[in-house]
Amino acid sequence: MERFDAIVVGAGPAGSAAALTLARKGFSTLLVERGRAPGVKGMFGGRVYAWPLADLLPDWAKDCPVERSVVRENLAFLTENASLTVSLDSPKLAQGRGTSFTALRAKFDAWLAKKAQDAGAMLVTGIRVDDLWREGGRVKGVSVAPNDHVAAELVVIAEGAAPTLMRKAGLRADLEPREVSVGIKETVELPPEAIQDRFGLGEKEGAAFVYAGYASMGLRGGGFLYTNKASVSLGLVVSSEDLSRKKIEVQDLQTKFRMHPAVQRLLRGGKVVEYSAHLVPELGAGMMPQLSTDGVLVAGDAAGFLINNGYTFRGVDLAMASGIAAGEAAEAARASGGMTKANLAVYEKFLRARNVLTDLERFRRAPLYMKNERLFDVYPRMLMEIAERMYTVDGSGKERLFDVVLDEASAAKVPKLKMLLDLLQGARSM
Amino acid sequence: MRVIVCIKQVPRAQELQVDPVTQTLKRVGVPSEINPPDANALEMALRLKDHLAAEVIVLSMGPTSFDESLERAVAMGADRSILLTDRILGGSDTVPTAYALSETIQKIGGYDLLLCGEETTDASTGHVGPGIAGHLDLPQITYTSEIRIEDGKVRARRTAEDGTEWWETTMPCLCTVNFGCNKPREPTLTGKIRVERGGVVTHWSCADVGIDPKKVGLFNSPTIVAKVDTVRLPARAGRIFSGEPEETVRKLLDALIADRVIVP
Amino acid sequence: MTDGHVLEDKSHFRGVWVFLEHRKQGLRDVSVQLIGEGRRLADLRGAPLTGVLLGDGVDELAKYAIGYGLDRVLVVNDPILEIYRSRPYAQVMAQLIRRHKPEIVLYGASKNGRDLGGRLHAILETGLAADCVKFDIDAEGNLDMIRPSFGGKSLAHILCKKHRPQMASVRRNVFVAPPHDPTRTGEVVPEKVELGPSDVDATLVDFQEFTKEGGLRPEEAAVVVSGGYGLGDPKPFGMLQDLADLLGGAVAASRKAVDSGWVPKMLQVGQTGMTVRPDLYVAVGISGAVQHLAGMQESKKIVVVNLDPKAPLFEIADYGIVGDLFEVVPEMVRQLKALKAAAADGRTTVPATVQ
Ligand SMILES: Cc1cc2nc3c(=O)[nH]c(=O)nc-3n(C[C@H](O)[C@H](O)[C@H](O)COP(=O)(O)OP(=O)(O)OC[C@H]3O[C@@H](n4cnc5c(N)ncnc54)[C@H](O)[C@@H]3O)c2cc1C
Ligand SMILES: Cc1cc2nc3c(=O)[nH]c(=O)nc-3n(C[C@H](O)[C@H](O)[C@H](O)COP(=O)(O)OP(=O)(O)OC[C@H]3O[C@@H](n4cnc5c(N)ncnc54)[C@H](O)[C@@H]3O)c2cc1C
Ligand SMILES: Nc1ncnc2c1ncn2[C@@H]1O[C@H](COP(=O)(O)O)[C@@H](O)[C@H]1O
Repeated sequence: MERFDAIVVGAGPAGSAAALTLARKGFSTLLVERGRAPGVKGMFGGRVYAWPLADLLPDWAKDCPVERSVVRENLAFLTENASLTVSLDSPKLAQGRGTSFTALRAKFDAWLAKKAQDAGAMLVTGIRVDDLWREGGRVKGVSVAPNDHVAAELVVIAEGAAPTLMRKAGLRADLEPREVSVGIKETVELPPEAIQDRFGLGEKEGAAFVYAGYASMGLRGGGFLYTNKASVSLGLVVSSEDLSRKKIEVQDLQTKFRMHPAVQRLLRGGKVVEYSAHLVPELGAGMMPQLSTDGVLVAGDAAGFLINNGYTFRGVDLAMASGIAAGEAAEAARASGGMTKANLAVYEKFLRARNVLTDLERFRRAPLYMKNERLFDVYPRMLMEIAERMYTVDGSGKERLFDVVLDEASAAKVPKLKMLLDLLQGARSM
Repeated sequence: MRVIVCIKQVPRAQELQVDPVTQTLKRVGVPSEINPPDANALEMALRLKDHLAAEVIVLSMGPTSFDESLERAVAMGADRSILLTDRILGGSDTVPTAYALSETIQKIGGYDLLLCGEETTDASTGHVGPGIAGHLDLPQITYTSEIRIEDGKVRARRTAEDGTEWWETTMPCLCTVNFGCNKPREPTLTGKIRVERGGVVTHWSCADVGIDPKKVGLFNSPTIVAKVDTVRLPARAGRIFSGEPEETVRKLLDALIADRVIVP
Repeated sequence: MTDGHVLEDKSHFRGVWVFLEHRKQGLRDVSVQLIGEGRRLADLRGAPLTGVLLGDGVDELAKYAIGYGLDRVLVVNDPILEIYRSRPYAQVMAQLIRRHKPEIVLYGASKNGRDLGGRLHAILETGLAADCVKFDIDAEGNLDMIRPSFGGKSLAHILCKKHRPQMASVRRNVFVAPPHDPTRTGEVVPEKVELGPSDVDATLVDFQEFTKEGGLRPEEAAVVVSGGYGLGDPKPFGMLQDLADLLGGAVAASRKAVDSGWVPKMLQVGQTGMTVRPDLYVAVGISGAVQHLAGMQESKKIVVVNLDPKAPLFEIADYGIVGDLFEVVPEMVRQLKALKAAAADGRTTVPATVQ
């Protein structure tokens, strides 16, 4: 029987960060990935907030496969054929711990997994862990097939959003439709020069867009666009409950989104080269699954560590940070005598120290708040019409801004009090 | 019981390409796999191992890039593997290949059953297996789909042109295994860990085995490929119909009638 | 055991041999076809053509074989040789070849032919080209052995310049069987060969003959309707039979359909099955692996029915339908029946389906 101190299931950002940390702390570590290579099963591109990397690999910038550093943030409201964009250009965005960059998952995940290997973890790909392996009720390792078990003191579940092992381990129930969104992403190929021209970027600079309103056709959710070196990642995250209630196919939404004039303009001449769809857990801190038990820790999406507050979408950073915390918890548990449930409970402390739980709790209202459809439908439309009327000079006489707002508000048939409440609630949860 | 399985690494079937200059198969940069019938032979061996106390050794002759397939074989469950690798073996046809593999098998020694695939997808001769049996003067049963070990004897089901034969013979013997007669298993986690830990492939040179350099390689192969002609296949109409069956079938039949292939 | 015929002087190797396979008192068709091609090569080399027949009580068969164009037949009769057995057959052939030194030895590329040739070429350390489809004699008098390679995309010319004999196996049905001339005379030469019971190292304990209930043999049919793994199970072959009946043809199959146990082995088309060259080959639910193409790509017209527009077989199709065979084949049957009925009534159009 093969034996390790720790087995990490899933070589995504959470798993690789955990394996790297564990290996450094002297655990013999096995990292198992079901894909042919790390990242091939994951989503293709996205934005990574770099701060956990600074802790994990101070030299990360040297060889990390960064596509572009994000120097411009955009928040765009869409109606059927118009858009209103708020844009932030600031040198601060690309400096220090707050820096973020776009990356292709196939490259980024492979890079991070390689770092774990360099630290001494063993990476095995092409193997899907089927279940935790138990003996006498206690977790003894992982199991792939009836005669294929590998033993370990500790199993770190970093399987991502589809909670297969989590369910089998009894650490969480099936996700309800209201707890998940559907993420869809296309990669659109464009020459680097075209990207630089259209988005007004330098060779290594990138832009990020968040879209609200018509992007999701009023369903709860939103769109995003990130610029890579020679491609653009374009996608949507939409409530799966809304999709099924309104009987809309996410692919159709995505096509409409891509064809929106404001988006179309940016992608002209591009070729869609990749397409993938994925679950996004929208648990919020209130619905967090069990994070540790005897011989088991849970990290990344598997634990629901995801923040989607409407203007930032964070998963990879929380995944990596939770992976580090898992390694730290294992070290502490070892010092206290073993991987028991009681000893592993320190995990929460380390998560808090890395602000993973803290941030999640701060935004814990976001999922609830986001249940409010007005935010995705009525308000963006209202905002747009206000702006349209402000900027329309047609000789018909200019109204005062305040009148315009009041006018629009009553046209949208939202009682003023409700609007006020929405705004208050929003401000509090963000 | 010791079973030795001879496997070769071949370019994936769909990606066979001929180098226009050297007229040989392109092997660099083309994804490879275990020759499919050899994977069936390996599975046959592993099934014997599942039921008997058998040691399965995988043997291949070729460049070190073949390690990939040998490692896969170990990850599937073989106990260890040997790669006979030496520059002087390059260009060997089936005669030196059978000779060199036979010598290596003798050096391994202690074998009871030798398994080969029915043929390779790149050379497709099927001569190496019987050639090994000839060199070692062993009983051979070719084109088998099932092998049973009973009372220390081998019983094998052979598919001939006109029927199914059951042969019985003594060990050691050599069998070649039919493509598609079983479903080769996937590598296991335990197997892959063994591979990662290293040392599952042993490299031997001709000198290690005691192979006569004057009997191997391109110059000592009886056959040479003098030239390769591209086949000019007859021109085909290449009309592909899609749509409602009623429509597509009508178009097809119209075309066949027009060609006078069918006469209503 | 080896004698490595690396030769300076090759002149004492003379004559063309064909290894004669027999079954139930008759020659196999591939052996007869070989005699035809062997005759041509022997004449080109100005040398005699010899058949080699191993068996038990095969003198009559040897005499009969001469009628196909042989000059003589070497016969070895021994109870051990009654059925084909790898080791005794290889031992005997090796002794005969060393004794008589033929220049060329041809085998059928059958299971037994390859089994024998593969063993023998290692024992004799001489060249053996597999699965040849054509021969020539080059300027230096070497046998140019031509075989498909790289999945039939090209033809390789194989030479065996320094070693003798030059050996090759020949694919079935590529050469035409010569007519039998009962008046032709030739020599039947009995050969003595050392064989003892210890040479029998394997026993045939059971044999189950493949059977095919009646019907046309695909190799002889003008139309072949062939089914593949896309059929999913044996049942849809009934549908293919209906289609074949309407077209006056026979049903065949890909190896994957055969290996799945859906149809008898005898119906397998391809490199390791039969080669067919019908006027019309209809491939249903077959992807078109190179090994399958090897057995049918010379069909006059090729029709492909496949769900997957990227199936490689479409590349060599005259006509193709991208569609579900479970819809397309019944529709073909329906329209063909309607055509037949219409022709009987003197009409020429097919009525549309009534929906
Ligand atoms: C459309 C979309 C866009 C996103 N964009 C962003 C973004 O821009 N920025 C951001 O920070 N986050 C983004 N996210 C979220 C982010 O992708 C996740 O939060 C993050 O990948 C979580 O990391 P992880 O390691 O927990 O899980 P994953 O990245 O999902 O990795 C899990 C790994 O485990 C493997 N695995 C699963 N089960 C098994 C098993 N049984 N055995 C072996 N291996 C297994 C999988 O193959 C996978 O490689 C996005 C998500 C979606 C869906
Ligand atoms: C040494 C060796 C020798 C071999 N010899 C031979 C040989 O002699 N003959 C031979 O045939 N093969 C031979 N093979 C096997 C060959 O490589 C292929 O595996 C085999 O030909 C595939 O058979 P197939 O096309 O029926 O199956 P598949 O490749 O599985 O194709 C099935 C096809 O059916 C289609 N399909 C599925 N459902 C439907 C539907 N409802 N309607 C329409 N289409 C559908 C699919 O799109 C697919 O293209 C040999 C292989 C080796 C290694
Ligand atoms: N280079 C090789 N190394 C190991 N085994 C081989 C090699 N070449 C051929 N074989 C074995 O011999 C069988 C027949 O090969 P071939 O005669 O090339 O068609 C294969 O299926 C293998 O089992």
